[in-house]
Amino acid sequence: MLKRVTSEFGEKGDGPAHAASDHRLVAGHAGTSVVDIRGLSLTYEAADGPVYALSDVDLQIDEGEFVSFIGPSGCGKTTLLRVIADLEQPNAGHIHVNGVSPSEARLRRDYGFVFQAPALYPWRSIRKNVELPLEIFGLSKAERRERSDKQLDLVNLKGFENKFPWQLSGGMQQRASIARALSFDPKLLLMDEPFGALDEIVRDHLNEQLLQLWRKTGKTVLFVTHSIPEAVFLSTKIVVMSPRPGRIIDVIDAGILGRERRLEVRETPEFLKIAHRVREGLRSGHSYDD
Amino acid sequence: MTIDTLSLGMRPAPSRKAARLWQGSAVPVLTVILVIVALWYAAAVAMNWQGVSDAFARAGEQRSTSEIFLATLEQERPMLPAPHQILVELKKTVIDTPITSRRSLLFHAWVTLSSTLLGFALGSLLGIVLAVLIVHVKTLERSLMPWIISSQTIPILAIAPIIIVVLGSIGITGLFPKAIISAYLCFFPITISMVKGLTSPDLLQRDLMRTYSASSAQVFWKLRLPASLSYLFAGLKVAIAISLVGAIVGELPTGAQAGLGARLLAGSYYGQTIQIWAALFAAAALASILVAAVGLAERFVNRRMGVRSA
Repeated sequence: MLKRVTSEFGEKGDGPAHAASDHRLVAGHAGTSVVDIRGLSLTYEAADGPVYALSDVDLQIDEGEFVSFIGPSGCGKTTLLRVIADLEQPNAGHIHVNGVSPSEARLRRDYGFVFQAPALYPWRSIRKNVELPLEIFGLSKAERRERSDKQLDLVNLKGFENKFPWQLSGGMQQRASIARALSFDPKLLLMDEPFGALDEIVRDHLNEQLLQLWRKTGKTVLFVTHSIPEAVFLSTKIVVMSPRPGRIIDVIDAGILGRERRLEVRETPEFLKIAHRVREGLRSGHSYDD
Repeated sequence: MTIDTLSLGMRPAPSRKAARLWQGSAVPVLTVILVIVALWYAAAVAMNWQGVSDAFARAGEQRSTSEIFLATLEQERPMLPAPHQILVELKKTVIDTPITSRRSLLFHAWVTLSSTLLGFALGSLLGIVLAVLIVHVKTLERSLMPWIISSQTIPILAIAPIIIVVLGSIGITGLFPKAIISAYLCFFPITISMVKGLTSPDLLQRDLMRTYSASSAQVFWKLRLPASLSYLFAGLKVAIAISLVGAIVGELPTGAQAGLGARLLAGSYYGQTIQIWAALFAAAALASILVAAVGLAERFVNRRMGVRSA
């Protein structure tokens, strides 16, 4: 189980006072953590009372890891990813992304985000979609072109640059959105159930491609999923979560499967053992109820 | 115009084009036109009958039913002109009269068109600017929207003379006051559709911009504006037709010197019903051309933006 670090700091803003205390905290836990989360809680006010989306979450993620978050819907795995991306604000606890607050990390463009849906802009060609963040960051046309060429090549979409999103299959669209997230070379890749809407055959294929991509680029990947085989196949670390309140119930090291994986790894005893532990974790979290 | 289309379709032309015409929507379209024309003739006979027979009675002439029937379709100032009378009038005032003449319907159509286009341009600008303000400044939606809506509840016939008189008193006459009335009418659908369009991007598309820490100007130019264009064109199509109405209404209180509105007014002063109907047809044709022009612009933009053709 995880070591829980309780914290007396209940920060909400990014004021200078907080920044100072943050700094001390980081110094105290110096390491290579790309993501460092301590005592993180997030509560929504709903009509029928508060919803505890995240409760006292602790998590450290090292550079170069591929971390999957798995759990049933409502366990806060997407919320956690969105907190890391500064798309949601926690009520309490500490979070550092690359040593700074999530909002600073966002402003520094430290991460690329891949959503559940490709979220390609329909009026832009595939190339223009991949170049969208580069346009926003003010890169020159030549550089944009060079990078989009490279990224589209990396996700095997060469030859589709001038197509519009609707002309591509769902899997190709999601690959384009991955290329878009990688186009500005962020340190972190955050993926929120990116292949959830795709059929299993396409998903297997994309999983293999994603692993290759991860090995080639050396990015730290945070990957939200609700598929046990997908989580085990992709990850070096699996974070099992449970709902009501959203919390981490197990963190499983899957490094034993190595970094070079083919789909056949799913039939090995090591794979099945890890998958079993994930399933046990989900069960112990009463995730199968209701 | 209707008769022309009709005879074109009915002419036995064994070409492939004609065959396609018949397979497509030509039959239902022609049927509807035929029914309308037939009903129109029936209505013309019925409505003009009393007037014709009274006129013959006053002149002390005894006429047969068939003579009265034919006379109902050839009156100089009928209550309801027959379609062919309007076509003859249109031919006379459009084709046979030089465009520079004040008797040319094209001359009057141009006068109306110029204020329509100026009004449409002003109204579009106003409509878009209002929409952008409403979307970006939260308090404006509450403070501005009631005024925008109430502006449309005021009958334009009531406010048009006021605008003409007020602008006239500060020396602004001619094209501009009419364009103002036109703009006043046509900005509304543009504002409404543009607000809808600018707020149409979904959460995912907006979150994406947030992950890039995009400025609100960047969100506007790269997300909101392109997403709003299809909504904008829906508004523009309504607006261009309304701005034509606005320009015509604007011509009524000016003393009716020129324009389709002037033709309508002059026609009603002198009981020239055929002239009124001809002006109405000219206005309808003008509106069709304008809406089609907006549609063409829309298709051009759609192609640039990769919209899937239906």
